[in-house]
Amino acid sequence: MSHIGAAFSHPGSTVAEAAWDVQAVRADFPILKQKVHDQPLVYLDNAATTQKPEAVLDAIVHFYTADCSNVHRGVHQLSERATEAYERARDKVRRFLNAKDSREIVFVRGTTEAINLVAQSFGRQQLSAGDEIVITALEHHSNIVPWQILCEEKGARLSVVPIDDRGELLMDELEKRLNPRVKLVCAAHVSNALGTINPVREIIRQSHAQGIPVLLDGAQGAPHFRVDVRELDCDFYAFSAHKIYGPTGIGVLYGKSALLEAMPPYQGGGDMISSVTFEKTLYNTLPYKFEAGTPDIAGVMGLGAALDYVTGLRQDRIESYERGLLLYATDALSEIPGLRLIGTAREKAGVLSFVLNGIHPHDIGTVLDYQGIAVRTGHHCAQPVMDRFGIPATTRASLALYNTREEIDALVAGLVKVKETFA
Amino acid sequence: MSILSDLYQEVVVDHSRRPRNFRKISGRVRTAQGYNPLCGDRVQVYVKLDDGRVADVSFEGAGCAISTASASIMTEAVKGKTLAEAQALFDGFHELVTRGEDATSNGASLGKLAVFSNVSHYPARVKCATLVWHTLRSALEGDEGMVSTEQ
Repeated sequence: MSHIGAAFSHPGSTVAEAAWDVQAVRADFPILKQKVHDQPLVYLDNAATTQKPEAVLDAIVHFYTADCSNVHRGVHQLSERATEAYERARDKVRRFLNAKDSREIVFVRGTTEAINLVAQSFGRQQLSAGDEIVITALEHHSNIVPWQILCEEKGARLSVVPIDDRGELLMDELEKRLNPRVKLVCAAHVSNALGTINPVREIIRQSHAQGIPVLLDGAQGAPHFRVDVRELDCDFYAFSAHKIYGPTGIGVLYGKSALLEAMPPYQGGGDMISSVTFEKTLYNTLPYKFEAGTPDIAGVMGLGAALDYVTGLRQDRIESYERGLLLYATDALSEIPGLRLIGTAREKAGVLSFVLNGIHPHDIGTVLDYQGIAVRTGHHCAQPVMDRFGIPATTRASLALYNTREEIDALVAGLVKVKETFA
Repeated sequence: MSILSDLYQEVVVDHSRRPRNFRKISGRVRTAQGYNPLCGDRVQVYVKLDDGRVADVSFEGAGCAISTASASIMTEAVKGKTLAEAQALFDGFHELVTRGEDATSNGASLGKLAVFSNVSHYPARVKCATLVWHTLRSALEGDEGMVSTEQ
């Protein structure tokens, strides 16, 4: 996987890493300056949502203070500005994903809506009774339930590729599940509960060899490394702005234009039509066919600014820095007696899920919170993953580009205090 | 760590590590299951009634320190009580964990249950403390279905 080794294959990588000034990066995020329970905030819940840099907040405020208007409607100046900025942001997304055409970029509420769109549009059109959808055992509920709903409606079958004890996909099990009845293969790029980076190139290669398209849930992928949809050759890619330093309520569905063209609309309404009479409605062209109603325009401005921010810092540097931090954190946590990491795949990004000495994750979360440390506890919207490991829940620390080694040290000290509390 | 040591008082930690009445009661019992889908906690409550009183009560399940200690202390608190007394305890307890000690004058009558007064400072943990009580009420009402914190 080229993105894994990318940072190390550049001759200048040491220089790039040395030049990573995490304190300067932190200064871009106003929220990080605060204290929680009189302790400096240590925010390690980035897989749930990331914090937003000033540039993103400014873009949203700028839209509402200077350009606020509806898009694709008015002939007036404000609407022209809003429309222009909105479409410019779409092109930023296109470049970010290296898509061929900005018509392949559909704005949605988030990854969840993107997947539902594909299920309800592509899925309802393509699936018949007896057909199959293949997913993996490490999916987030949002890449399970939309397919269950679809399968139930169509009398189709959900086929699940299992994982091993490290949390890695059993690829020979994928191969066994691919057959002419499979209409779509859906996989997380990165597992939100385990941090596993799935071998998506191999998934796509095997699926395409049998003519089956592939959807990637990139909610936890896009924030951590460069995604090139043309190089991957994936058919759909979904991600959320709020997990990559943008605002909540906005996300992206990338789809190959040939697929999107052939798909029926997802929702009906304004903007998605070219003409309406009571007898017949003609749908708009891509991507507007899938963008019914007034979109989250300010959110799109925020997303554009977030992608500018990330690409400005350089994704290879972000990946390299976060990779170093993940290794540091993995080593540090592994030294805590009684702590067991859940998810030890060889290729991981951003996530440290663990259980500790039989102490319930909620108790761990509360004691850490009291020390200013924000982590997620629970099943992480991935109950089948918890069942696979025979546990009801984990504690999850998840990393972002602004986290520091000192914060990992604070987490370790916090966990020692947890153990003392329940010793 | 004052609030924290108040939340996880010695009594709470003790009951969470060595829960009392942690067993199944067989025979003619009322039982119900409680489930918190947010954290996966499950609890099964068994109640044996005799002449309108709680003759025996117990629980099984897995949960956090707060929910386990709450269940353990609850079984001690309601044993021997009439149904009305048990309901009054639940009402007082509910006030305590949602509004804090100051909001209720029931503190004294709640006895050992008062150790949960600081749960009100942790809104995310209120359901941990009340799940077993909702489950008890369901068992007493003869509702054999599952109680969820997210209904």
